[in-house]
Amino acid sequence: MTLLRMEGVACIRGGRLLFEGMDLALGPGEAVLVSGQNGAGKSSLIRLAAGLLRPAAGQVERTADAALADEALALDQRLPLVRALGFWARLDGGDAGAGMAAMGLVHLADVPVHMLSTGQRKRASLARVAASGAKLWLLDEPANGLDSEGAECLAAAIAAHRAAGGAVLAASHQPLSLPGAREIAL
Amino acid sequence: MRALILRDLRLAFTGAGAALPVVFFLLVATLFPFAVGPDAALLARTGGGALWMAALLAALLPVERLVEPDRASGVLDQLAVRGVSEESIALAKLAAHWLSFGPPLMLAALPAAALMKLPQQVLARLELGLLAGTPGLAALSLMVAALTAGLRGTGALAGLLILPLAVPILIFGAGMIDPTGSEGAWKLLAAASLLLGGIAPFAAGAAIRAARD
Repeated sequence: MTLLRMEGVACIRGGRLLFEGMDLALGPGEAVLVSGQNGAGKSSLIRLAAGLLRPAAGQVERTADAALADEALALDQRLPLVRALGFWARLDGGDAGAGMAAMGLVHLADVPVHMLSTGQRKRASLARVAASGAKLWLLDEPANGLDSEGAECLAAAIAAHRAAGGAVLAASHQPLSLPGAREIAL
Repeated sequence: MRALILRDLRLAFTGAGAALPVVFFLLVATLFPFAVGPDAALLARTGGGALWMAALLAALLPVERLVEPDRASGVLDQLAVRGVSEESIALAKLAAHWLSFGPPLMLAALPAAALMKLPQQVLARLELGLLAGTPGLAALSLMVAALTAGLRGTGALAGLLILPLAVPILIFGAGMIDPTGSEGAWKLLAAASLLLGGIAPFAAGAAIRAARD
């Protein structure tokens, strides 16, 4: 069973062809790491997979729930972290506490979101993904701003997700601990 | 859907969002008697129309916080990934926006009417008019907020877009205040509101989708 399939996908942004003929299939337990220079279309590929962009050509087919972590935090700034994450966890039917535990954020549960540092924000956005229970994780630059402990949390969360039959599509220009992942260079 | 409405309501009432139009409305009601003088008969005759103008302008104030913050912070994207349609998002936002705009304005109309020395009968018609008209104003604000999301300095542009479209609401709203007027104005006001409210989720939804590309 494939969770995400792309066939001959082309992406045009701002009148510029970023890539074409992109074929990709992601099954349970698999991971794909998209690499490339700034502006190569890594984020666009993630947004195509999330259904936020329409492909200029080809087909994107997703058969599973997806969870997206990108540059936008999408958490209410004034709320304590646990309640801000709780809003999405309730929509997803997930558990915000489990997500925060996975990303080492439990001690920050009562801190308002606007007080968090860059790395803590990144962890929070990954905690939402970890809490969602979605089969397919779409991670755009997940290691940006993370310290080494955060990177370890991320690697452990991804490993647990894949062991449970989930799949990961990650775009990163930094080294990412994804054992056995296929690489796509844009 | 319910979660979205509750979230928007919480944001409106914990921030300055819901209070701003009300304060503006009351401020106009306070200043108007200074401008035209303390003649009670003149105030009672013109006050209803002035309050409708104030309500119309108050509807402009929340435009910038309706859609743009959620677009910029990625909330709209996250909802789309979860398969929530843009139309349902817009409908939830419309409901939440009216709840944080219409009833508070109707409450504020009580002291405002006292400042304008409006007779009780006129006050009742004003309240009825606000009940019928504010959903239309809320729908207009939401549509324009969705259309201008992602643009810079939208305040003035929003005014230029909303005010001409709000002409029917102003005409019928101010028209039904006149105690000698016919019953038709109230029905036309409700019809204008219904039309705007019916279009808004689809127009705002399409605008939110278009802003993503």
